[in-house]
Amino acid sequence: MSTHDATAAPPAVGSENYLNCSHGFRSWFFTLDHKRIGVMYLASILSFFLLGGILALLIRTELLTPTRTLMSADDYNKVFTLHGAIMIFLFIIPGIPAALGNFVLPLMLGAKDVALPRLNLASYHLYLVGALIAVLSIVQGGVDAGWTFYAPYSTTTNTAVVTLTLGVFVLGFSSVFTGLNFIVTMHKMRPAGMGWFDMPLMLWALYATSIIQVLATPILGITMVLLIVERVMGIGIFDPALGGDPVLYQHFFWFYSHPAVYIMILPAMGIISEVVSVFSRKHIFGYRAIAYSSIAIAAFSFLVWGHHMFTSGQSQLMNMIFSALTFSVSIPSAVKMFNWLSTMYKGSIRFDTPMIYALSFMFLFGIGGLTGLFLGSLATDVHLHDTYFVVAHFHYVMFGGTVIAFLAGLHYWWPKMFGRMYDEKWGRISAIIISVGFNITFFTQFVMGSQGMPRRYYAYVDKFEPYHVISSIGSYLMAVGFFMTAWYLVKSLYRGRPAPANPWGGAAMEWQAASPPVLHNFTEEPVVGDPYDYSNQTYDPAIGGYVRRKTEVSDR
Amino acid sequence: MNKHHEGPAYAHVVSVRTLLGVFGALMFLTILTYAVTYVDLGALNIWVAMGIAVVKGTLVALVFMHLLWDKKFYAVVLMSALVCVMIFIGIALLDSGQYQADLIPGYAPSIIP
Amino acid sequence: MSTPHEGRDEHADPHLQHHFESMAQQYDSGKFGMWLFLVTEVLLFGGLFCAYAVYRANHPEIFAYAHQFLDKTLGGLNTLVLIVSSLTMAMAVRCAQLGQQRRLKQMLAATLLCACVFLAVKGVEYQHKWKHGLLWGTRYVAQGETAAPADAAGVVTTPEPAAAVPVPADGGTTLPHAATGPAGLAGDHPQDGHGAAAHGGHGSAGPAPRNVQLFFGIYFVMTGLHGIHVLAGMIAIGWLLRRASAGEFGPQYFAPVDFVGLYWHLVDLIWIFLFPLLYLIH
Repeated sequence: MSTHDATAAPPAVGSENYLNCSHGFRSWFFTLDHKRIGVMYLASILSFFLLGGILALLIRTELLTPTRTLMSADDYNKVFTLHGAIMIFLFIIPGIPAALGNFVLPLMLGAKDVALPRLNLASYHLYLVGALIAVLSIVQGGVDAGWTFYAPYSTTTNTAVVTLTLGVFVLGFSSVFTGLNFIVTMHKMRPAGMGWFDMPLMLWALYATSIIQVLATPILGITMVLLIVERVMGIGIFDPALGGDPVLYQHFFWFYSHPAVYIMILPAMGIISEVVSVFSRKHIFGYRAIAYSSIAIAAFSFLVWGHHMFTSGQSQLMNMIFSALTFSVSIPSAVKMFNWLSTMYKGSIRFDTPMIYALSFMFLFGIGGLTGLFLGSLATDVHLHDTYFVVAHFHYVMFGGTVIAFLAGLHYWWPKMFGRMYDEKWGRISAIIISVGFNITFFTQFVMGSQGMPRRYYAYVDKFEPYHVISSIGSYLMAVGFFMTAWYLVKSLYRGRPAPANPWGGAAMEWQAASPPVLHNFTEEPVVGDPYDYSNQTYDPAIGGYVRRKTEVSDR
Repeated sequence: MNKHHEGPAYAHVVSVRTLLGVFGALMFLTILTYAVTYVDLGALNIWVAMGIAVVKGTLVALVFMHLLWDKKFYAVVLMSALVCVMIFIGIALLDSGQYQADLIPGYAPSIIP
Repeated sequence: MSTPHEGRDEHADPHLQHHFESMAQQYDSGKFGMWLFLVTEVLLFGGLFCAYAVYRANHPEIFAYAHQFLDKTLGGLNTLVLIVSSLTMAMAVRCAQLGQQRRLKQMLAATLLCACVFLAVKGVEYQHKWKHGLLWGTRYVAQGETAAPADAAGVVTTPEPAAAVPVPADGGTTLPHAATGPAGLAGDHPQDGHGAAAHGGHGSAGPAPRNVQLFFGIYFVMTGLHGIHVLAGMIAIGWLLRRASAGEFGPQYFAPVDFVGLYWHLVDLIWIFLFPLLYLIH
């Protein structure tokens, strides 16, 4: 892996660390080290992000013209189904918790590993198995039911639904194991002196995420099981032809899949809480409010699933209840947003790449969150449901929110993970290109959607053509940004400046470990302190990073 | 409780008497719930059966699963799961009771060749 | 490897993993993890209970009619068997905690035996259902008067496939014959048979309602998933038995027995609810 380090690098990188302490396929594939598992997760999810991204480009290219451009209508259905399923189940859900979270969680706790390392490895292996099964469905000719697998179409279509749903079932277990492990780790592995309210907010976010993973994912599991037995044995629970109830399927599905969007966004919010404070050189504003709002979002997430079903036959009473509850989710989200803004207020803000992504997140998530209120209103939703307005809304939240925050976190912790600094100039340029490209792609979709362009349509009326063309051009711009990012990140692994232990001046415990950390994380007992107190650090130009002031010993 | 000598320091050892007592209660309740089906209580039957099941379940959880002596937080964890299930069932029931009448009987496109 | 945490209170216990400071911390972590896993199991079955509740609340007549075809004596027997197995499992945990090696093995073996009995009884029930077409979805065969549950000789004489459902005779959206949808709508359905009134003393459930197959669908999914959990538990107990034979458990290290025990009790607990819900409908 890092044989290059030994020759090219100064002691910081050349010394033994988790990357070079052992070699060979088995030392990685069967490792119990949370850092290596995190890195393997990272490589896997990025591969699937590439695959999902290529499918997205295919969709956008197909939609350049109102009729056929590239593929047949059937293929188009399969491509958008796969795009959705891969991005959701293989990239975004494991993205921040399993890849970045796995890496930083024990470091942030000053622990040597997660509480249940074997379960952690099992989670990764299950992820791989699930991913392979899911990909197998492509070989079998793809699936055209949409990533939501709504019955009764999913129970009657003759595509490879069983394979994909089986893959999703296995991936669900992987997700449960990660969440379970994180909860136990945070309960049992906190060091002496670190109370719940001394944890970095990233950990609060991961805790809330894990609660949802543990409580909601089993319902996805049983939904997939019922769908599979429905197709294989004709059990008929969701099939109206056999007396079953297809609306019940949607209750089942969204009972998981609405909380799942908070599985995606909550850890993203955790990353932003870290980045905003560090790059504003200012203590986080409203620590407890942010921490509680994470838990509040997790709690609310179980009470709003019906807002996906306003037009699907759900009763009027439940529509009203779910609509009202949906609005309440905006309160904790806004609490976070205002606290981040207050943190930046009068801070000495540094526009490094992670911070640019964080600012981009706030802008995009703001739009995404507020348009969610339109969709949560019953009357408006009837008009906007199943249009590109919905597509734009959830891409603003999932992409503009989660993926942008994932990139912020990736850049923030990259030096810690690999011990190398990436090229800051290219980092900033790509961040801006991706943000601009994103807005071009998806803002046009708000306009289209409000004018009535339905989602998932293969052919459309001519008046939408200019919007679709602009949207597709935006997507190509984003692709350029992503390839640039991939290029300079990979380059940094070989040519990057060796990273100091604390390049950004973070005060959380992961920055007390070396970059990259040694096998069991810390060479000396890490000091527990306020994770947002930057007062006792100084910048050392000789190593290009921050060091603790020697004089005072913090003993909170 | 015979909490004598060699028991581990960090876990509770349940006495044989307690285990047998709970076992007896469970056996009795099973027979009771079986017998009560021969008595017509109308709509009450299901609630009696469910009540007995809840008592049995509580006994199993408290004694066999050591909740009575373990950290109370595990009970909180278990309850959170039950609350979640209740929310799910409650809302699904509330909703399905109203839309059921609108379902189109037997309507499903048959696509499988 | 330099280890910053020096304060390990248990000196070199072979079962203590490197990242924990004490056996107590390790045990607590495992136990907490196990409880969270049980939570996921509760929710997994919770979904099925939800499906059950929705159909039972909306179509009580299906349940009142169809449950008569279940043998509640066998179901009750299985409940007792599982309770015995729960007792032996709890005893096994106790034996492991106290280091009573021989009794630990006996208790584990007894638990395993109970599990086998449970599955065997379940198998007898399934076989009976299979023989009489008391199955799910399209495989359900309408029950004539001869097919009363206790009547072992009652061969179903008219195995008219109640639903050759997907018959796209005229291209797609035909309403299949048996696909009469949710009951309660337009009740002019030809009666497939009469309630198996021969059973018990209270079996006057009247004519068969529509969509009886739904009950059997739910029955088979619930008991089937539960059966898979029993099977998984048997594998786990077998694994414990092997390790117990090697004398690995004792007062210092009994966590695996304890955790499998928790799982086994949960499987028992779920059955405690399944039994009245499926078998004891009045």
